[in-house]
Amino acid sequence: MMASSYNAKEEDGHHSGAPAHGGAAAAAAKSKKPDNTAFKQQRLPAWQPILTAGTVLPAFFVIGLIFIPIGIGLFVTSNNIREFEIDYTGVDVDSPCYSCARNFSWNNTAPCLCSVDFTLEQPFESNVFMYYGLSNFYQNHRRYVKSRDDSQLYGDRSALTNPSKECEPYRMSDGQAIAPCGAIANSLFNDTLELYHIDSNGTRNTIPLVKKGIAWWTDKHVKFRNPGGNNNLTAAFRGTSKPVNWRKPVYDLDPSDPDNNGFINEDFIVWMRTAALPTFRKLYRIIQKKAVTTPTLPSGRYVLNISYNYPVLSFDGRKRMILSTISWMGGKNPFLGIAYITVGSICFFLGVVLLIIHHKYDTRNNSADIPN
Amino acid sequence: MYAPAHNFLVCLQCVGEENWVDSRTIYIGHKEPPPSTEAFIQQRFPDNRIVSSKYTFWNFVPKNMFEQFRRVANFYFLIIFLVQLIIDTPTSPITSGLPLFFVITVTAIKQGYEDWLRHKSDNAVNQCPVHVVQHGKVVRKQSRKLRVGDVVFVKEDESFPCDLILLSSSREDGTCFVTTASLDGESSHKTLYAVQDTKAYRTEQEVDAIHATIECEQPQPDLYKSFIQIIGICSENLLLRGATLKNTEHIYAVVIYTGMETKMALNYQSKSQKRSAVEKSMNAYLVVYLCILISKALINTLLKYVWQAEANRDEPWYNQRTESEKQRHIVIRAFTDFLAFMVLFNYIIPVSMYVTVEMQKFLGSYFIMWDDEMFDEELGERAVVNTSDLNEELGQVEYVFTDKTGTLTENNMEFIECCVDGHVYVPHAICNGQELFFRALCLCHTVQVKEEETVDGIKHGLHQGKSTSFYISSSPDEVALVEGMKRLGFTYLRLKDSHMEILNREDEIERFELLEVLTFDSVRRRMSVIVRASTGNLYLFCKGADSAIFPRVISGKVDEVKARVERNAVEGLRTLCVAYRPLSPEQYEEVCHLLSGAKLALQDRDKRLAEAYYLIEKDLILLGATAVEDRLQEKAADTIESLHKAGMKVWVLTGDKMETAAATCYASKLFHRNTQILELTTKRTEEQSLHDVLFDLSRTVLRHLSGDCTDYGLIIDGATLSAVMRPGQEDSSSGNYKEIFLEICRNCSAVLCCRMAPLQKAQIVKLIKDSKEHPITLAIGDGANDVSMILEAHVGIGIMGKEGRQAVRNSDYAIPKFKHLKKILLVHGHYYYIRISELVQYFFYKNVCFIFPQFLYQFFCGFSQQPLYDTAYLTLYNISFTSLPILLYSLIEQHINMDILKKDPSLYRSECFFFLIFHIFDTEGRENSNRVPKPLTAGVYLLSSSGRTVPLNFLALDTHYWTWINHFVIWGSLIFFVVFSLLWGGIIWPFLNYQRMYYVFMQMLSSGPAWLSIILLITASLLPDVVKKVICRALMCCSLTVCGELLNFCLSMTWKTFYVTSFLT
Repeated sequence: MMASSYNAKEEDGHHSGAPAHGGAAAAAAKSKKPDNTAFKQQRLPAWQPILTAGTVLPAFFVIGLIFIPIGIGLFVTSNNIREFEIDYTGVDVDSPCYSCARNFSWNNTAPCLCSVDFTLEQPFESNVFMYYGLSNFYQNHRRYVKSRDDSQLYGDRSALTNPSKECEPYRMSDGQAIAPCGAIANSLFNDTLELYHIDSNGTRNTIPLVKKGIAWWTDKHVKFRNPGGNNNLTAAFRGTSKPVNWRKPVYDLDPSDPDNNGFINEDFIVWMRTAALPTFRKLYRIIQKKAVTTPTLPSGRYVLNISYNYPVLSFDGRKRMILSTISWMGGKNPFLGIAYITVGSICFFLGVVLLIIHHKYDTRNNSADIPN
Repeated sequence: MYAPAHNFLVCLQCVGEENWVDSRTIYIGHKEPPPSTEAFIQQRFPDNRIVSSKYTFWNFVPKNMFEQFRRVANFYFLIIFLVQLIIDTPTSPITSGLPLFFVITVTAIKQGYEDWLRHKSDNAVNQCPVHVVQHGKVVRKQSRKLRVGDVVFVKEDESFPCDLILLSSSREDGTCFVTTASLDGESSHKTLYAVQDTKAYRTEQEVDAIHATIECEQPQPDLYKSFIQIIGICSENLLLRGATLKNTEHIYAVVIYTGMETKMALNYQSKSQKRSAVEKSMNAYLVVYLCILISKALINTLLKYVWQAEANRDEPWYNQRTESEKQRHIVIRAFTDFLAFMVLFNYIIPVSMYVTVEMQKFLGSYFIMWDDEMFDEELGERAVVNTSDLNEELGQVEYVFTDKTGTLTENNMEFIECCVDGHVYVPHAICNGQELFFRALCLCHTVQVKEEETVDGIKHGLHQGKSTSFYISSSPDEVALVEGMKRLGFTYLRLKDSHMEILNREDEIERFELLEVLTFDSVRRRMSVIVRASTGNLYLFCKGADSAIFPRVISGKVDEVKARVERNAVEGLRTLCVAYRPLSPEQYEEVCHLLSGAKLALQDRDKRLAEAYYLIEKDLILLGATAVEDRLQEKAADTIESLHKAGMKVWVLTGDKMETAAATCYASKLFHRNTQILELTTKRTEEQSLHDVLFDLSRTVLRHLSGDCTDYGLIIDGATLSAVMRPGQEDSSSGNYKEIFLEICRNCSAVLCCRMAPLQKAQIVKLIKDSKEHPITLAIGDGANDVSMILEAHVGIGIMGKEGRQAVRNSDYAIPKFKHLKKILLVHGHYYYIRISELVQYFFYKNVCFIFPQFLYQFFCGFSQQPLYDTAYLTLYNISFTSLPILLYSLIEQHINMDILKKDPSLYRSECFFFLIFHIFDTEGRENSNRVPKPLTAGVYLLSSSGRTVPLNFLALDTHYWTWINHFVIWGSLIFFVVFSLLWGGIIWPFLNYQRMYYVFMQMLSSGPAWLSIILLITASLLPDVVKKVICRALMCCSLTVCGELLNFCLSMTWKTFYVTSFLT
């Protein structure tokens, strides 16, 4: 480039001035010349995937082939899970808990007892999880969700006697701080459920319900702590008041197990993880399998004894008791399997459609190309 | 020899009363008259500090904050932040405060840094030493301490610290030479003269003794307008700040304008900034989004109260309000609810978008500068970006307005021939023609001889004796002519003591005294000199465009010359005519009188000078004509062809003659052989009325529009154009003319406008710009005469040509050669257009995706404004999870290979429908379609009982160009998200008053169905897009059909609703 311009000038007969000027220009050129690197020239090596029918078609078939079996597997697994659900709210006149539900008053000191009979058609083979379910209960209401004091629950002493403002109006009672404070704690589910199996000769057998291990390990051991350790909870909670709707103070939640009292009561911890939707279930107890040969819950008649303490009719709520086995994928959830099957089938179907389109387009394209 | 104190007085003159306020009185050396002489009002002038910085140390924070909050988005976030502080809202103020703080800080740091640089350069300038004459001595002073009225002493190669009036110079004749390279890029030496009355004062003491006042106008920004109005003082005495003293040992000058009132400073201030169309539309989108937001909040508030109307819904026993809340009035409650919803949904407006877009533009412009292919070896220059705001505008250009000389052509003039009295001479040929002609050419110019030095601009070797010298001129034609004359035997040697020396054929030196120069201007299109030969005869030599000379010629072989000129013009040569007029001493007296009268005029000086010139340049005798060739630039034709193929309309706007310009147009393939040329010139309008011509042409164009598609090329000249544009006497039809003219232009593939004055160029650009389609226009040029059109067009491009740097300085982008236009438009412009459109869409899209589930969730939580996401995710979503990948994507994405883009210019238009569709449909529709990834929202929700979301992002589908940077950033931000979540959920953070997220993420990861759901969601979300892409590719429909858009929107929305609802139950 430069050489040619020199030549042009020399032909014109201007030899003398050009070299000096040319030299200077060359020096300037070097300093201003952009670096020839791949990045600066936007020529980085790159992988450029192009979504053509040719590349996507196999992918579709593969996805279809993978998803459909997974979906079927999930669906079958989900179907193998036994689940039983019973509503014991007592809305109807002939339901056993009707009178308890109707006559509920906060001032009743004696619990109202009722029992519901039910029959399991099929035996529950493995460990059974017992849930209580609530409907139309807005645990996800913003006012409700934030109405707690996590530092109080973490065992912080100053927060114990002076809970966060967020707990209002469940913060102080009769001049004493409420422990645990807030709407969530105040509305702790306090129905007691007991399960009996009625065997062939009509005797009632208590089914042992395990209440340990229903909360997340980290919650029980890290997030929730009693003030001043687990010894002498009565003293630790002195100067605080129980939540207004509770019947027992927090250090007396589980008389049978001293390590399950105070803030680290597992029922309490489970309740404190607020549900995302107004209809939810929470783990209540676990029924462990005893022997390999006998099912955990054989088919037959059962009685559910309820001490009915929790009013739901005022907000048109429902209470349920759910028994369920679980698999590796958790509880019964046919949706995931169906979704997998659906998506897999769609992929497969689209693969076929695209194949046809691709085929047709290809021939058309080829014929169009020929004249050119 | 102490000069008497009152030896002269440049007196105050009678200026009209109304002008009095607009002038200033300057007392040289601060010697104010005794107070008794007249009512003396001390005028206040600023000091000589140049302040280009915007902020000071003290006002930076408040002023910068104010500037930033003037932006709609920032102000909006400030309001949201304040609302969050005041009322009880679902999210903590941190969620909007932190991103806002981040954005504001980043911008403030950037602006602060820029301002610091400006401060630094200001300080360097303000503190540089200046020599001032005080009490008869030269004293050093800091530049900023100069005051109006100071007398300064400037040495050679120093630049002037402010605007000065030259009092005296070290040169005998009281002249000095300056270059204004840093002002307008013209490197030629300009001669300036000392004020007649003072030029004898040559020492400090003498100068100090001057007792005088100067009356001058208040500062004006026009660099080229003379504005000193005083007896004996004119613009030739004015030294501008920034100019450099050359070839003169030293000068004395008095300060008249200081600091921010100097012409340089005034000029920098008056340059306005262009805004890109995308930025304007971004504001419009913000408003649209604000409407969506408000309606969403309204709907939710309404629904909330409808829902609450049922008993026990609002306050069931487990969830009571506090006493104070219960007592609040329902209206206030509803209003706070509304505000709370606003706060909840406010993330729909992306806080970081402005910053990201700005960074993208700023960083992106580096790729233009770095481009190796736009580097010119010859000039040693690369592309320069003056405004990075307009990158994407380069990709939407519909009209290209180009200058001819220096832009399409090289502006590297080659003397071809001259024609004297009908005889043609070519260089190297022996000729004995009229020597007067050659002398005329040797004398009638403003060329300077520069000895052995390299200066930017025009350099031509001249071997003369032992020393090497160059001819330097602001006009390459003149250099070519003077050099041509040298080859014909007449060598211009130098201008010495007002005498021009010519070496004639017999190697004798002829001396002519230069009496007057009637400088060239684009209105007159000619220049003249008045010289006195050694014989004592007086001559006026005039050189100019044929149209400017012929009407003023009274004798000479006009016809022969005219024929030759026309022939040359058709061949694409630039022609000039030369004429002379012998002057008698009486006539010269008269001329002098006219000129000095005009030069000293206080009002309309330019107009009066023009009138004087008009009177002087008459009764000419034609000598001959010259022809100079201006070769086409390399690959100019190829570039124009590419632009045509890319669907751009190329207009050539030139001051040249029609024939020359047309020839260039043919050569550069703007017109083809089969192009039907429509002429709209003075020649035609003389025969018919303008009205008829216009209607004729439009009929021709429209008739053929229906039939076969012939190419039309339109040629219009300046005179006709002004007739078309003139706001007519018949007021309705003039608008009509414009319309018809536009109609014709629209149907022509190429338009040539010749004989254009600079302002007319801008007028044309404005006409097209304001036409009803509002096309994006681009103007490209190299000279000062193109500046107006460069400033007028949406995008102005300067060519680093030979006519100085003014075009480059005023342009948005500057490129070394015309051929680089192809790359900057077809590749860079197109890339940035695609990139920015995807960037903006992505931002809106991702935030809609982010917020839509939030909206749906309100139906499940009793419209209580419970947020679906944790505060930390809300805060970081826009800043760190999602902004970096898209920023890099928008910097390096190449959807089509560079080489393909260059080879196939028609791709330029291919995907330009984006914004159109974007406009027509709700943005949600557009955004959900295909451009950007689907954040996974609902999947994780199921598992974690307190329900939070993973804003995973898969840009994968849309990236066509996967470099390691993309990989790094996309997977990096994903990993960052995971790491952050682990940290956030893994530790009890002591500073937080809630621990809701504790272990949620781990719990989620440990569950199989969560993973399965994520996989399913990703597949299912990407599925519609992949299918659409494949089908589109298969059917070759790159443009997106309206149906497709809608279908896609419905599909993705159904999907999303489906996920959310089904997973939750």
